[in-house]
Amino acid sequence: MRIHPRYTQRGAVVILGGATLLTLVILIFIIVFILEKGLPVLGWNFLTSNPEDMGRSGGIFPTLIGTIILPLIAIIIATPLGVFTSVYLSEYTKETRATKIIRFGTDCLAGIPSIIFGLFGYIFFVITLGMGWSLLAGGLTLAVMILPTIIRTSEEAIRAVPKSYREVSFSLGASSWQTVKKVILPNALPGIVTGVMLSIGRSIGETAAVIFTAGSSLRIPTSLLDSARTMSVHFYILAREGISAENAYGTAAALIIAVLLVNLSAYWLMNRFISKRS
Amino acid sequence: MKLFGEKAVRRILMVTAFSALSGLLLIALFILNEGLPFIFKYGIKEFLFSSDWYPHLGKFGIYPMIVASLWVTLGAMIVGAPLGVFGAIFLSEYTPRPVMKIIKPTIELLAAIPSVVYGFIGVMVLAPIIRANFGGPGLSLLAASIILGIMILPTVISISIDSILAVPQSYREGSYALGATTWQTTHMVTIKASKSGIIASIILGLGRAIGETMAVIMVAGNSVNIPNTPLDSVRTLTANIALEMSYATGMHRQALFATGVVLLIVIIILNSLASVAIRKRMVKR
Amino acid sequence: MKTKFQIKDFSFYFNEEKVLKNINFEIEANSILGIIGPAGSGKTTFLRSLNRMNDLESGYRIEGNILLDGIDIYKPEYDVVELRKKVGMVFAMPVPLPMSIYENVVYGPRLSGVQDKKRLDELVEKSLSSAYLWEEVKDRLHTSGMRLSGGQQQRLCLARVLAMEPEAILLDEPSSGLDPISTAKIEDALTVLKKSYTIILVTNNTKQAARVADNTAFFLMGELIELGTTSQIFTSPVKTQTDDYITGRFG
Repeated sequence: MRIHPRYTQRGAVVILGGATLLTLVILIFIIVFILEKGLPVLGWNFLTSNPEDMGRSGGIFPTLIGTIILPLIAIIIATPLGVFTSVYLSEYTKETRATKIIRFGTDCLAGIPSIIFGLFGYIFFVITLGMGWSLLAGGLTLAVMILPTIIRTSEEAIRAVPKSYREVSFSLGASSWQTVKKVILPNALPGIVTGVMLSIGRSIGETAAVIFTAGSSLRIPTSLLDSARTMSVHFYILAREGISAENAYGTAAALIIAVLLVNLSAYWLMNRFISKRS
Repeated sequence: MKLFGEKAVRRILMVTAFSALSGLLLIALFILNEGLPFIFKYGIKEFLFSSDWYPHLGKFGIYPMIVASLWVTLGAMIVGAPLGVFGAIFLSEYTPRPVMKIIKPTIELLAAIPSVVYGFIGVMVLAPIIRANFGGPGLSLLAASIILGIMILPTVISISIDSILAVPQSYREGSYALGATTWQTTHMVTIKASKSGIIASIILGLGRAIGETMAVIMVAGNSVNIPNTPLDSVRTLTANIALEMSYATGMHRQALFATGVVLLIVIIILNSLASVAIRKRMVKR
Repeated sequence: MKTKFQIKDFSFYFNEEKVLKNINFEIEANSILGIIGPAGSGKTTFLRSLNRMNDLESGYRIEGNILLDGIDIYKPEYDVVELRKKVGMVFAMPVPLPMSIYENVVYGPRLSGVQDKKRLDELVEKSLSSAYLWEEVKDRLHTSGMRLSGGQQQRLCLARVLAMEPEAILLDEPSSGLDPISTAKIEDALTVLKKSYTIILVTNNTKQAARVADNTAFFLMGELIELGTTSQIFTSPVKTQTDDYITGRFG
């Protein structure tokens, strides 16, 4: 028996629409759930006071510091490395088998689970180089973790600059670096910045790679070799060890808001980029 | 003088690129170097297919973790793939473009939510529901599958939408001109043309699922055993590394690196598959 | 007549396919050379060999020489950047860089180190005037070059080349997508400019070559079939292929 196309059409709309709706409901539920329970806890006081009794009460000030400094270290190291590398790969080398292998390699590294970076950072930075659990070890580990992503997104942004711009620039007597500086980078910049912002977002939310390299000290770090705790690590410890559900919710809310802010600004930049282009 | 500047810049860029790339290569080699010798010394078969994981007795069989990782990933796919692909089809073919342009970034935004938050939701909301309705400890293979299935949704939806939108409008118009409904056009023309991109999106989602650590640690229960039912507590490869890393030394630590090597190889295979699928799409066009 | 370019037994291979086959001829200074021929005849490749734009591609190889004012531009120590400053190029598609009209015109001079604001202003006015664009844009020099119409954009591209004060100008089908009025303006500009520049114009439009070129070269399948004064080529071509092409029997 053949079902009339009109009914398959309706059935499809119901099933596909249902799947979309379910997806949206789940995702919105997660955010609303966390914010609803966390926002009442989250306040100026919560953000700026020190935790007491392992975080059972008090605020999350030191973890706020950790959450700012760790991604900052990572970004300061990984951005120039990543951007220069992508400029070199896309503007100074010709497309060969070697560049294809490099691209595949960075793709694979971008897909490596963060726990493996944590394992590497722990053995290499913390133990072998003797940095101990520290901001430096954690920042370096995060830098290594986001480097492939930055290389990839920068390269995509650079490749999106029309080839004709390069031709025009070269035909007007520009050298490679002049072309990069005056035409390529200004046009690729929003794309590169978006990639960097997304990496910051990822660093803020990262737990597995951080907990084993930066440690989980609740003191306010005074040097790069001090251990520190980020909000995600703090949240993980509060939740997993059942220390304080209330403070866990508060921290989670702060975490989500931070990550969403970073990502929203990335999208805002991207959109400005696209609308400027067309 | 100017020419010197040009050469210097080229050299600086080259050195930076070379050090960044060789640094990344070194990490891969470092992990292989720490893990591979152990695998060969301990025996590949013993390591991969023995169920005895007793680090204090020098027994390092990761078979239960491999099985758990596979089941959890498969479960995530069963939950996430249809939901994600259906959602992508609906958003790209049945939703007005301006609405889609708002919903897609919203869903992508959810990829940014830290995995610990997903894990927390699993513990607070999902596990109690499972415990109440199906029994068992709640923290289980099932809970991990559902949470990971949700976590891969942004990846699957975003990449699927991109590949569906890449299908030339003329294909659809050709189908509509022959009197097809939207659904007929979608499943006979659009999905066929974007199949490899959709597959790539699922593979990349799998990569994310198999590599996820914190959320899984929080919801899977973490006992080393081969699950009999979806309600059993399991420990995945990633969880195994994370749970024991801070106190492992000697052989035990090497065994964890070896676990990392296994994960690395799985990820490389998945990435190769995804890039083959994506390249197939390019060639077809 | 002074010779600007000497092409000596020049062949061009792309991925080992011979795209240009043993080309030999000379290009006179201060004249317009029209290069005609059907699509795929190697005209554009030849044109891009004159300022080494083909260097940007990979997988090519050359044989023979091209001499600019008696100096081989393909010898290893030759400075490509200097070459491109001497030999400007206008592309088939008008490509204003995503910056203001003013910035587009001063792009080349700035690269060569011209900083003086007054000097730059002069260059902008002079170049835009020579490209017959000044009157249309003089009040909005600081708006984006991308807001101009296609014809205006192409004249902006011409002005941008003129601002570098080159010795030769290469034009690759500069009016392929333009309206008749813009085309006429560009052609008018070229006839004036040839007094000070050597101009090489690749065109798909044989009538355009007939209108503006002093000499015309006919390319077919990577070979130079015939070269002569424009009137000779269009009234009494020696080779039958040339005759067939200009009378529209193919191409």
